[in-house]
Amino acid sequence: MEGSAHAMFWSRKLEAFGRGWYKFSRNPLSIIGLVAVLLVSFLATFAPFVAPYPKHAGVFVNFAEASQPPSLKHLFGTDVVGRDILSRIFFGFRFSLMLGVVVLTLVVPPGVILGLTAGYFKGTWIDTVIMRITDIFVALPALILALAICSVLSPNIFHAMIAVSLMWWPWYTRLVYGLSSSLRNEFFVQAAEVTGASRLHILFKEILPNCLSPIFTKMSLDMGWVILIGASLSFVGLGVQPPKPGLGTMIADGRIYMPDQWWLTVFPAVAIMLVVLGFNLLGDGLRDLFAVEEV
Amino acid sequence: MVETILTVNDLKKHFPTSRGTVKAIDGITFSIKEGETLGLVGESGSGKSTVAYTLVGIYQPTAGEIVFKGQDISKDFSKRLKSLKKDIQIVFQDPGSSLNPRRSIKQILELPLKIHHIPGNREGVEQVAKLLEMVELPFDYLYKYPQAIGGGEKQMVAVARALATNPSFVVLDEPTSALDVSVQAKIINLLMRLQQRLNLTYLFITHDLSLMRNVATRVAIMYLGKICEVARAAEFFQNPMHPYTQMLLSSIPVVSDEEEILKPKKILSRGEIPSPVNVPPGCSFHMRCPEGMELCSQVDPGTVEVGEEHTVRCHLFQGAEIAASASQGEE
Amino acid sequence: MIAPLLEIKNLHVGFDIYGGHLKVLDGVTFAVEKGAKVGLVGETGCGKTTAMKSVVRILPIPPGKLTEGEIFFKERDLLRVNLKKVRGVKGKGISMIFQDPTAALNPVFTIGRQLMDVVKYSKGAGETQVKDTIRNRAINALKDVAMPDPERIMENYPIQLSGGMRQRVCIAMALVTGSELLIADEPTTSLDVTIQDQVLRLLGNLVEEKRNSTILITHSLGIVREWTDRVYVMYAGSMVEAAPTKGLFSNPLHPYTQGLLKAVPKLSGEGMAEGVPGRIPNYLNPPSGCRFHPRCPYVMSICRQERPPFFNAGSDHQVACFLYKE
Repeated sequence: MEGSAHAMFWSRKLEAFGRGWYKFSRNPLSIIGLVAVLLVSFLATFAPFVAPYPKHAGVFVNFAEASQPPSLKHLFGTDVVGRDILSRIFFGFRFSLMLGVVVLTLVVPPGVILGLTAGYFKGTWIDTVIMRITDIFVALPALILALAICSVLSPNIFHAMIAVSLMWWPWYTRLVYGLSSSLRNEFFVQAAEVTGASRLHILFKEILPNCLSPIFTKMSLDMGWVILIGASLSFVGLGVQPPKPGLGTMIADGRIYMPDQWWLTVFPAVAIMLVVLGFNLLGDGLRDLFAVEEV
Repeated sequence: MVETILTVNDLKKHFPTSRGTVKAIDGITFSIKEGETLGLVGESGSGKSTVAYTLVGIYQPTAGEIVFKGQDISKDFSKRLKSLKKDIQIVFQDPGSSLNPRRSIKQILELPLKIHHIPGNREGVEQVAKLLEMVELPFDYLYKYPQAIGGGEKQMVAVARALATNPSFVVLDEPTSALDVSVQAKIINLLMRLQQRLNLTYLFITHDLSLMRNVATRVAIMYLGKICEVARAAEFFQNPMHPYTQMLLSSIPVVSDEEEILKPKKILSRGEIPSPVNVPPGCSFHMRCPEGMELCSQVDPGTVEVGEEHTVRCHLFQGAEIAASASQGEE
Repeated sequence: MIAPLLEIKNLHVGFDIYGGHLKVLDGVTFAVEKGAKVGLVGETGCGKTTAMKSVVRILPIPPGKLTEGEIFFKERDLLRVNLKKVRGVKGKGISMIFQDPTAALNPVFTIGRQLMDVVKYSKGAGETQVKDTIRNRAINALKDVAMPDPERIMENYPIQLSGGMRQRVCIAMALVTGSELLIADEPTTSLDVTIQDQVLRLLGNLVEEKRNSTILITHSLGIVREWTDRVYVMYAGSMVEAAPTKGLFSNPLHPYTQGLLKAVPKLSGEGMAEGVPGRIPNYLNPPSGCRFHPRCPYVMSICRQERPPFFNAGSDHQVACFLYKE
């Protein structure tokens, strides 16, 4: 009996995957988003092996080849000190994705847990305390907070991550608060309570699984936003510091050479657009994927 | 001698809202014997679902007491003993939302077993498989999710879940209202068989009087938070006393001429069902009652016994008692 | 021979989903005469809502697909006519009342506003659309459905009304258009029994007065028996029996109809009969021949091979069952 139970379990999982893919792939834009994200992730992960000039990502100078427009040798051209832009963009993706991943990792678990708890205990002091603290953080002006933090501590990517995290977590709390406070009245939650399930079980095994789809969708869309904010911080000099190849940093560096050496800014900007758009389309696709189906 | 397993005394549940206090239950008294099925009938606003939820501990009573197997259990689930939660269970009205769509049938059925440490084999599959068998569902439903099965089958899973802890008392809140008639027949038959086999006591709530006729041992009818009439099933349907009972019985659609004859004379229902925030003074039914007397708009009637195990709450039947107590007062 | 007001001939509708194609409607044939009160009975999943949505052309076309069949309204083929013209028919010829009046009414507009919107698009919209005329017509519609204090109701929002009152507003909206065919899809399922009685009584009176035709879709056999003249029983995507109401209840012929009637709990208290054994078929891979054959106590070998057409069984009573082949 156990063997066949296992077999059934995995065959169900496979079927669920197939059905999920069907729903996701109905919209071609979702596929484009997925491909874009996968491409960027691949390039970021394997940058040292895939980039034509990996050394250009670090300290490197070659004035002979400086300020070259796009050519066969340098597909996206070179910058003012002779570094290959294409390779630097691959490495720049690393910073972007790392920022996104780290921020979301820092932000999502506490945000979600606070939202779950506040929603379940809606109407009590627990709800009031958590949500008012959340309101305070939401009220802080985001970019200014980031600027303040990075000015006080030394400006680098890590402090940029802290800054962005501090302004980001309340949105997850709010999202999950709404979901949790309505889900706690569902019959299946009450059935578990009547049977004697612990609060922990109810929060994490009954309510949370029903919140995952909006959470994952938001996470995907947020990757795009976090990357944009990171690029903005780098652009104003508070994020990735030169000579490191942050996408925003590259745009800042090339700004003064516009419009003659357009490739210095245009390609990093398009790269940012690719990443952000990819995550947005992927997020939309995830929303379709998670829609609970009715037959 | 059959024991009384549950007694409810002057139970009240009020909900304070911005528009006023909703008196969902406003003083009800009844008892249930072991092994019997007490039917609870009423329309929206009657409070029947609130009774269900208060009995299983979702709500804390505002006043009154609930005595189960000799113990006072008039508290909500956060204050109840774990062993009590094993013994009293509920099947909810809407199969669509009584099962968590993100958990498999196996996980849903395992939960009560795990909470109360009911032994099974290591994986828990054997125990759960037995439950599925009890409600006549196939083994391969274990790993299905609620969306993949029909409404009737979801309810059967809900029944299996309720029975997993081997309770003595099960509250069934409109378990088949959302289902088609042939599926309903299957589930009701299953519930009756299980009741026999496991010696269960049921509180069966439904608005379907034809169903009630075939399921309940005794029937209680509620209107705006109060019980209007209680009687043994046959007596309730053959000899309804309360005007509301008669009105309800005369409105039900039946499928044969034989049944048509059994219905009381047609009483055209008038007016809307008032909201439990705005309970009319005196008898809560007086505005729609075809027999309304002046007394009815002023004084709330008490409950009077009019036959064996047959009680009614209506001024029409107070005459005998009032006359008797008046003559006693004079002496 | 007057042609029926609405006639559906051999309608086949399917849906494309993951895993294949759901063949839901498998040749539905159905007719409503002028002034008739027709009941359409069937359990969940039999396709009755799909059929009605096809008539009113509100079926979502992908994933839905009308593969075959014709729908005639006043002798015009609704399926071949272009959608713009159909909209003209829908508002003025056919109107629908849905199951959940709360969902059918827009919560952010007053009753008056919603009613008047419908009046504007209804028959006689050619007349001078003076605001007062529209308002009066709306108030009269509310009076027709026995709403207490119609002037005040006009200013109310749906949330301020009870379920029964909301459904009456929906009925008013459906009738004010002056349409000839009213389709009511489970109009009283969400209402209490006493209110249900009131609403159905009202609907019956109005229909007789205005001589509309109605299709009452429901899974409650009791309601059908009290409120219709003719009944169609539907199972798994096709009609299995059609008869005058009295005839169907006194003499149910199709095994499914018999099973359904047996399964209804009786007021006489004889105990619960067993329901129809088995489950409704999987539309991805429906049974061959007669779709009911796996559950039928009288199944014969022909039932597994061929789909039974309607056979005549006397006085306007038709059954789709080989037991009655003559």
